[in-house]
Amino acid sequence: MASSTIPRGTAGTTRRRTPRGRQGLTGWLFISPVVVILGLFLVVPVLMAAWVSVSDWTGRGSPLSGSVGFVGTENYAAILDGEGLTSRDFGTSIRNNLYYVLLVVPLQTALSIFLAVLVNRQVLRGRGFFRTAFYFPSVTSSVAITVLWLFLFSSTGVVNRILSFVSVTGPNWFQDPRGVIHVVLAAVGVGTAPGALQEPGFLGISGWEWLAGPSVAMSAFILMAIFTTSGTFMLLFIAALQNISGEVQEAAMVDGANGWQRFWLVTLPMLRPTLFTVLTLGLIGSWQVFDQIYTGTQGGPAKTTLTPAYLSFSSAFNNQRWGEGAAIAFILFAIIVVLTLLQRFALRERDVPRRRRMVPVTVSSTGARTASSPAEPVGEVRR
Amino acid sequence: MSQLATRPATPTPPSSPSPGRKRGRSAGTGRRALFLYALLAVLALIYILPFLVQVSSSFKTEPEAAQNPLGLVPQNWTSAAYTQLFAASDFPTWAGNSFIVTLFVTAGRVFFNSLAGYALARIPFRGRGLVFALLIAVMAVPGVVLLIPKFLVINQLGIYDSYPGMILPLLADAAGVFIMKNFFESIPVSVEEQARIDGAGTFRTFWSVVLPMARPAVMTIVILSFQGSWNELNHFIVSTQDPGLTTLTKGVAQLSSGQLSQGTQYPLKLAAAALMTVPVAIVFFVFQKRIMNASAGAVKE
Repeated sequence: MASSTIPRGTAGTTRRRTPRGRQGLTGWLFISPVVVILGLFLVVPVLMAAWVSVSDWTGRGSPLSGSVGFVGTENYAAILDGEGLTSRDFGTSIRNNLYYVLLVVPLQTALSIFLAVLVNRQVLRGRGFFRTAFYFPSVTSSVAITVLWLFLFSSTGVVNRILSFVSVTGPNWFQDPRGVIHVVLAAVGVGTAPGALQEPGFLGISGWEWLAGPSVAMSAFILMAIFTTSGTFMLLFIAALQNISGEVQEAAMVDGANGWQRFWLVTLPMLRPTLFTVLTLGLIGSWQVFDQIYTGTQGGPAKTTLTPAYLSFSSAFNNQRWGEGAAIAFILFAIIVVLTLLQRFALRERDVPRRRRMVPVTVSSTGARTASSPAEPVGEVRR
Repeated sequence: MSQLATRPATPTPPSSPSPGRKRGRSAGTGRRALFLYALLAVLALIYILPFLVQVSSSFKTEPEAAQNPLGLVPQNWTSAAYTQLFAASDFPTWAGNSFIVTLFVTAGRVFFNSLAGYALARIPFRGRGLVFALLIAVMAVPGVVLLIPKFLVINQLGIYDSYPGMILPLLADAAGVFIMKNFFESIPVSVEEQARIDGAGTFRTFWSVVLPMARPAVMTIVILSFQGSWNELNHFIVSTQDPGLTTLTKGVAQLSSGQLSQGTQYPLKLAAAALMTVPVAIVFFVFQKRIMNASAGAVKE
């Protein structure tokens, strides 16, 4: 923040008489509570967990006591070697969460842009009502929403009732472990795996299982995530849309662009910074599926809603395999960091040239950049 | 992308826009607007219906909730679920704990975030850049990854199964510090200089001059903290096991996963979920305008 230099310069004139040391002391006094709390409950824990992930601690006594042994990368190996149950569970959880991310992130982003564009119309009555309706699910707790979802998607629930109006027999959603892709394949007559896909593959999971798609149960969670996050992201897009001046749209209209072209060639490129933020937040959030699983299915049916976050928790707290649990947490952390960096890289690369090519010259003066900067924090965004 | 793909279905704008634009528009506008409102109404219904179903089902008997989930008016009104929650369950204890934690966390965050934000915005001290960088790094750590680590430290400090263990870790809120910092930077320095000339110390200046001016930002922190700590689940899972310290989120989650109950008990669960939504819903509707701006404003510069 460049602005931080301004107060320093101007304030210096009055502060000259107090020794700089005292200023420093006050500064540290002001900031110390936050630093101490963050250090104690964020930095220290991470260090301790790093130690636990390479130890054989079983949850008794302190992990720092002398009786706890160093086992090197044993825990990580058990998770990644593709042989034991631990590894297969981890592989399954990665598969489940991967499909979750692949579906949730694009769909929630598309839906939130769509809602934002609809609600942001110049002439729209009841805009406040619609905005509230779309945003409300985002303020409720994930626990309450999950309870509601379990009811809506129960075998005799609302969703199946509505499906029955169009003569579709809905599945017993949260009890149904069948992969969606498997269901589709079975419908066209491919019921069993071809031989090549039956061998245990990456992380001990066969190719056929990797290609199962999200289970029916996981699909219900995917719908829930889209339902609860689209409102938050819609607000971000609305804020960005309001920063796009009407002049640019008018200029495009004069140039003969229809609504569809204006959206793709003018609006969307100018939403790029926000799009970037939303994709990043979505990606980070959707790798951390925990509350829903804890409240709803505990990983079932047939482990198809197991996620790395929940697996990490249950290995440690339910099965007392603390080393493995901590190791899974670190692997998950690594996955999130790597994917976020990859995404940053992928989106940044095309960013500059495209913007130059597609956005009219007038844009530079209205400053599309002001919409948001990707690194800025967002208060509370639902995962 | 399927969501976007439906858009061209709108009565397409006149194919030759420039010449006949005005006339074409007025003819198409009516149908277009009608379609837009119909589309919005359907979408709004999809977003609202689940909550209406929730409330109505919570007043139904258990068989009716299962057999007729869509009926928005219960055939046999019964408040049995609510009676059971308050008279024969730990629900009041959970609610009490949630209120205690939420109050302390919100108050603590407002105070500590604004102190830290003020220091970062206004007080030059050695290591400020470092602290700033650390805060950014800290925000990047996903919360779920911290489940086991947090438990380890809470346990080590001997505050497991206690209110301090539930409250203190939640006071760490880097995002809130940024919101306060950004706001303080937008206040003209001259205001503080006046106070300083009048002889006020740094804390005095902060407390009685700057903080009152930062009311909008403080309200933002209050709202976000309230929502965040009221809806917090995983921290309470790892910091307590005493049933007397269970919060609403944890209690309702356990109720839902069947750890505390038998059968489906949909009306009971839905009633519990509806009740726990009430406080955040009230805060939401009271501060609606500000929340809408806050969530967006946190991302804006």
